[in-house]
Amino acid sequence: MSTTETEGRIYDVAGQDWDELVKTVSESAEERLVVNMGPQHPSTHGVLRLVLTLDGETVTEARTVIGYLHTGIEKNMEYRTWTQGVTFVTRMDYLAPIFNETAYCMGVEKLLGITDRIPDRAQALRVLTMELTRISSHLVAIATFGLELGATTPMLFGFREREMVLDLMEYITGLRMNMAYVRPGGVSVDLPAGAVDKIGEFLKIMPGRIKEMRKLLDANPVYTRRTKDVAYLDLTGCMALGITGPMLRAAGLPWDLRKSQPYCGYETYEFEVATQNTCDVYGRYLVRMAEMEESLKIVEQALDRLSGPLKGGPVMIEDKKIGWPSQLALGPDGLGNSPDHIAHIMGSSMEALIHHFKLVTEGFRVPAGQAYASVESPRGELGAHVVSDGGTRPYRVHFRDPSFTNLQAVPATCEGGMVADVISAVASIDPVMGGVDR
Amino acid sequence: MTTENLPGLPEEPVARRGMFGVKDTGDTSGYNRLVVRRPPKLSSSRPYGSYFDEVADALEPAFADAIERVVVDRGEITFHVRRERLPEVMKHLRDDPALRFELSLGVSGVHYPEETGAELRAVYHLCSITHNRRVRVEVSCPDADPHIPSTVQVYPTHDWHERETYDFFGIVFDGHPALTRIEMPDDWEGHPQRKDYPLGGIPVEYRGAEVPAPDRRRSYS
Repeated sequence: MSTTETEGRIYDVAGQDWDELVKTVSESAEERLVVNMGPQHPSTHGVLRLVLTLDGETVTEARTVIGYLHTGIEKNMEYRTWTQGVTFVTRMDYLAPIFNETAYCMGVEKLLGITDRIPDRAQALRVLTMELTRISSHLVAIATFGLELGATTPMLFGFREREMVLDLMEYITGLRMNMAYVRPGGVSVDLPAGAVDKIGEFLKIMPGRIKEMRKLLDANPVYTRRTKDVAYLDLTGCMALGITGPMLRAAGLPWDLRKSQPYCGYETYEFEVATQNTCDVYGRYLVRMAEMEESLKIVEQALDRLSGPLKGGPVMIEDKKIGWPSQLALGPDGLGNSPDHIAHIMGSSMEALIHHFKLVTEGFRVPAGQAYASVESPRGELGAHVVSDGGTRPYRVHFRDPSFTNLQAVPATCEGGMVADVISAVASIDPVMGGVDR
Repeated sequence: MTTENLPGLPEEPVARRGMFGVKDTGDTSGYNRLVVRRPPKLSSSRPYGSYFDEVADALEPAFADAIERVVVDRGEITFHVRRERLPEVMKHLRDDPALRFELSLGVSGVHYPEETGAELRAVYHLCSITHNRRVRVEVSCPDADPHIPSTVQVYPTHDWHERETYDFFGIVFDGHPALTRIEMPDDWEGHPQRKDYPLGGIPVEYRGAEVPAPDRRRSYS
């Protein structure tokens, strides 16, 4: 099937008619070819559309089209309370939900002026869950990366290991993903019984599994030939395009907000910032692998604190005007009720009932102003610009999602390269379209 | 079942009033805009504290007329800059050795319909890796003339961010290489993040169904 229009000949593939297509294209003298990749393509990480202009096998122009997953999360949040906002932001970058929640809650806490009053145990729990999420997010990045380059074993291994992390998250928060665990003032629920042992077990298994993955990929000749010196982007390019995260660190700059502008008590944990100076896809892969190993160290330290000095501490701010009134218990069937709290509000205190009702339905008010809070997400700096007009709902919340900004590097990394390298370039950016489009 | 068994229709419709003497919607979900009656900070005076004084010292001599006001609030400094001078100020912020804000974290739009003459705002968050500092630059423009000079020349990362702000707020960034919609479809009407744009209530393509805006969905009486 083909039609002639002003743009030139258009080849339309409806599936199964490849022979016909190859025949008509080979008959044409035209070398320049514009190819639509996506928005439904297995190697574009969700609904990313790439418009590639090809000259033979070389990409002369790469244009990115986004917006296919825009769901208006930022707009929706303006119609819900500050606490309900957590449930929205967690769905943005769905591979790293805890980071969205933490950035948002840090912004709200900054507006409320309660940053210093967040209990240490809550901060340690945030660090613990964030680092576990970083591991699971990087595992997906490397797993899909392997698959897109034709290696299925890293994919199977990566998803198998990620499932362990998701099981832990389910055990701690009640949900595998989109858990709305971090809340303004602390976290929603304390560690359930047995969580420390389970995480301890994970810490014993995981280093071996990372080594396994490294054995598969680190020196694999097929893998290195597809990744070394591919999608080169140096430090100047990164700075100009606002690239952060593993891409920036693979360009040699040890810029990690956990070290440079610590939050949630990261200054008290011992870990290294992984860097490479190759500026290529392989370097980004190595940075991600090293970050997983560092994350395990942080998880171990956080776990020691949670089972040691911070044991039994509160996980929500003491301020009764902000902290969620009930301490929900995590049952075998998920996040459940709080029997003591229900007995208190239904049986003994009318005031407590009113307070609970007002705080849950109406929410707390946040003094007018604006704040910006940022965390180092697996993909780079995730910032939340939170504006309040003094009401019980956000006036405006804007997320500076690293995937959105990093995707701007597609033309810089792909143009002039081969078509096949577009796949590894996009995979090394590791965009999550939920975060890009919000 | 015969019709005799059913309760008869009342002769007049039952007049339902809100419970507990509620006169208005009776909505307790926070939609009726409960607010803290404390106005936001509009400007701050010296000393600003922290590293803010050093930043202001490096910026103000050259751009005293470009900076409308400075706000230091919740440990963050905001420079409100006149829109005509924005590219110069940004360039100075990026290049001056005492400032060196190499990394921009993009543009965020805010719509304040009540603030006549400065309804639309573009907010820029800058980060200096050299000095490990952060500042915020805020630019306003009236709704009637929604133009702000583009800063893509200074920070190429603003390319998509300005497109996003244009898409959602209708701020036109003059000098942007290709200012088109980025998230919404190209033929979309209106700018969804503006306060006068409803949430929902837009006819969706599915069989002409229409979803009411959430603040119109509930009725208690």
